[in-house]
Amino acid sequence: MIDYETSLRLIAPEILLAVSGLVLLLVAAWGGDRAARAVSIAAAVALGTAFFLVMPSVDGGLSGPDRIAFAGLFRADAFAGFAKLMIFAASIAALMVAPSFLERTGSMRAEYPILVLFSALGMAIMVSAGDLMTLYIGLELQSLSAYVLAAFLRTDGRSAEAGLKYFVLGALASGILLFGMSLTYGFAGTTSLAGIRVSMVDGLSTGAMFGLVFVLAGLAFKISAVPFHMWTPDVYEGAPTPVTAFFASAPKVAAVALTARVAIEAFGSQADAWRQIVVFAALASIIVGALGAIGQTNIKRLLAYSSINNVGFILIGLACATASGTSAMLVYLAIYVPMTLAGFVAVLMLRDANGDPAERVTDLSGLSRIRPALAWCLMIVMFSLAGIPPMFGFWGKFVVFRAAVEADLLVLAALGVATSVIGAFYYIKIVKVMFFDEPAPGTAAVTGAGTGTNTGAIAMRDGRAHWALLVIGTLLVSPFGFLATGWLGNLADRAAASLFLVA
Amino acid sequence: MIQAFAFYLFAALVIASGALTVLARNPVHSVLWLIVAFFNGAGLMVLVGAEFIAMLLVIVYVGAVAVLFLFVVMMLDIDFAELRAGFIRNFPLGIAIAAVLLAELVLGIGAYRAGAIGLGTPMGDAAPLLGESNIENIGALLYGRYLFLFECAGLILLVAMIGAIVLTHRERKSPRAQQNIARQIARNPNEATVNARPEVGRGIEL
Repeated sequence: MIDYETSLRLIAPEILLAVSGLVLLLVAAWGGDRAARAVSIAAAVALGTAFFLVMPSVDGGLSGPDRIAFAGLFRADAFAGFAKLMIFAASIAALMVAPSFLERTGSMRAEYPILVLFSALGMAIMVSAGDLMTLYIGLELQSLSAYVLAAFLRTDGRSAEAGLKYFVLGALASGILLFGMSLTYGFAGTTSLAGIRVSMVDGLSTGAMFGLVFVLAGLAFKISAVPFHMWTPDVYEGAPTPVTAFFASAPKVAAVALTARVAIEAFGSQADAWRQIVVFAALASIIVGALGAIGQTNIKRLLAYSSINNVGFILIGLACATASGTSAMLVYLAIYVPMTLAGFVAVLMLRDANGDPAERVTDLSGLSRIRPALAWCLMIVMFSLAGIPPMFGFWGKFVVFRAAVEADLLVLAALGVATSVIGAFYYIKIVKVMFFDEPAPGTAAVTGAGTGTNTGAIAMRDGRAHWALLVIGTLLVSPFGFLATGWLGNLADRAAASLFLVA
Repeated sequence: MIQAFAFYLFAALVIASGALTVLARNPVHSVLWLIVAFFNGAGLMVLVGAEFIAMLLVIVYVGAVAVLFLFVVMMLDIDFAELRAGFIRNFPLGIAIAAVLLAELVLGIGAYRAGAIGLGTPMGDAAPLLGESNIENIGALLYGRYLFLFECAGLILLVAMIGAIVLTHRERKSPRAQQNIARQIARNPNEATVNARPEVGRGIEL
């Protein structure tokens, strides 16, 4: 029987998010869109509280039977906790940057923070899944909120297109995933991840192999790894920029953590079977992400390809199928999230003379002379994304490659290092455009986030929120980040160990 | 004996009404045939001892889904002749897909019969309670062991509802006069009507 007291205590952060989502929904229903800002702040507070509720489990590296709730459906272990910390932090960031962007077009509505909140709840359930059903329900809760968020700008055709595209392709991926899960269930006789592992200890039957391939294909769509990445640039370009920043950070962390959990906890005894899939997806993501970005003129599309490229490096960590590989993957994620968030916040702060968002790469030309602080921050972020040594992004790539070498995946590591050079080209191109190109005549008036149609006070406050996020993100990925390597590595090691406890 | 008879009756009716759903010229008739198919499907479910699914079929599919279909068919202006033209154009493709699915079924079942596919043995953690109807069994699992998932599924539906409203609802701020039912009901006949006695040839001022 289920011990409800323990179970409910273990899902306290999720309960908090769900209840505050419901209460805020009522506030939004009666307060209308005037309450949007208050609801945003309340949602951020709820996410922050959940962050602190999760912290002890990560800090203590907790895992094992007493962190399992609802008879194995839910695991509140350190691995889930580590992912949740990143998810909640990224969700708060998505709430902070949204109001000023959406208010410009008059589309800031009280439902935005609520959808972000429910999306974060779905992600928290996803990463804690101890059962295929929990996994799917969490994934759907997250995806459904994400589809609506992508189409949030109703007056913008591109946003509607992004939402529809995301919805149709996401539904297809969910179908593939469900098909794989039903095959896995049929051949394993259980939906619990631990049970699947037990049933596969003495070999993988052909049917279970099909199940594994379909499950991984469905999850590869969610993390936008290469054969299933086509939706990413379109959705990232069309969705409102704060939503894109959200998509590139929190759901990506959740989906990667989920993939790692399924691969290691459920299919861990058959690592050789899925390693070739993950290795292929990793290398293909790195190469396609790097080559696809070169021709892009839109910064959001470019960052979308950059996220595909980064997923490739993250998957190298997963391909090791070792505790050190998973730990490296978590470290990479922890560096990737502030990096990508800072990149998108910088894009959000680019406005042309009318205060409209500037999204083309050419809009950046001569930025170093017009807004030097922004240009320098963006330069640090770009160098970090490229993995150029003094920046912290280098450390992420380094630990991933080190884990791959330790796991005897020398060829994979060598190919990864070689192909990461391709990616460096377009990151450096952006820096070149910012620092060495003349400001183009039409875009000479790239101005601050504070101008435009906003009233002064609101613009000031949001300008500060943007600057705060940008500076924090930049500091985290700058060489100062190396001060945290020991601490971060420790946490990630313990989180990864909790995943391998069952092995 | 009576079971076999009932099975063949329901099965034949399901197939016949399914075929008529596709073939009927009038879309409203199609929906009605679909309802007949659902009812007979429910009969089949009772035969295999799944009375809960039988009830779901009647309540959810007949009661809600079929009525929804009927609404869609009757309220939306769909050109069915054009749809049917598309049906004929895509007919070869449909047949090809059906053939592939049939081949897969034959292969799968053949391999299973030959013993090439070993299905997993159920863990038995959701085993039925002895001596209880399957409604009580499902209830015990849904509100006991899988309570967490049940509540989360509820949240998904809530998000779907929020999404539908966010994407489609518009505040109407048109200058057009709008009906205020409360005011309309609270209207007082003494204030609304006036008796006047106009002089001949002068008319009346309102």
